[in-house]
Amino acid sequence: MTAIQQNVGEPVSDELALVQAAKAGDIAAFEELVRRYDRNVFRIAQHITQNREDAEDVVQDAFLKSYENLQQFQGQSKFYTWLVRIAVNEALMKLRKRRPERMVSLDEEVKTEEDSVPREVADWSPNPEQQYTQAELRDILTRTIQGLPPSFRTVFVLRDVEGLSTEETAEALDLSIPAVKSRLLRARLQLRERLSRYFQKRESGENAQ
Amino acid sequence: MKCSEFLQELTNYLDGVLDARTKAELEDHLAWCHNCYVVCDTTKKTIEIYRDSQLYALPENLRDRLRSAIMAKCQARKKSGSEPV
Repeated sequence: MTAIQQNVGEPVSDELALVQAAKAGDIAAFEELVRRYDRNVFRIAQHITQNREDAEDVVQDAFLKSYENLQQFQGQSKFYTWLVRIAVNEALMKLRKRRPERMVSLDEEVKTEEDSVPREVADWSPNPEQQYTQAELRDILTRTIQGLPPSFRTVFVLRDVEGLSTEETAEALDLSIPAVKSRLLRARLQLRERLSRYFQKRESGENAQ
Repeated sequence: MKCSEFLQELTNYLDGVLDARTKAELEDHLAWCHNCYVVCDTTKKTIEIYRDSQLYALPENLRDRLRSAIMAKCQARKKSGSEPV
């Protein structure tokens, strides 16, 4: 089994030059950074807030905040990691405003019923995606990931959907590396178990008595 | 290696960050433990399905609108003199 490798597909080499130019007042350089990362920020924001209007606000607020604080960016991390950190904080604030009854924090470990060794070990169909239409599949994937606690959902989205490294995810979320790994493992296992309800291989005689 | 130990290392295994010896132990476990093989394989598929799903794509018209709004606000900041110096 080959390892899963991934990267945010943009070249980083000219990124620092864009950031330097934007710092020096070149607003077109900043617009290029917006173009480069607006889709990612929108996706992250929508995953965390689960609300389209909130996600739109987060995109605007995160870029504006990064523009205002560009001088604080020292270049020790990638600009994208720094931007994601700002965007995640904005998105969590939205979530807290909408759900004041439940404080949302990425710091606390969440115990869930599905934390132990997986129970659903039925194998999946060879091409589970093809059992459903595109729209049905999106609905299944959306509902499944929305069921995860925000702290698991966010780690999964940054690592596995957006392709940040474990170290970058830790930095963006202000978590330790072991905390990121622990949440990622549990998020992956819980999603797998929930998707198994849709994708498991149907036994040919399952309806027979 | 027990199944619980295998699961502890599953994320490291899928991310390809294990040393050669631990990786060999895990693959030895996978060779005979069908449950762990299925969990490992379907977890990998889970990640791939989400990565390829393109959930929450940003439509171009919304993208343009958001970018215009962002750049207008940045311009205003710049003019008001609170831009990065």
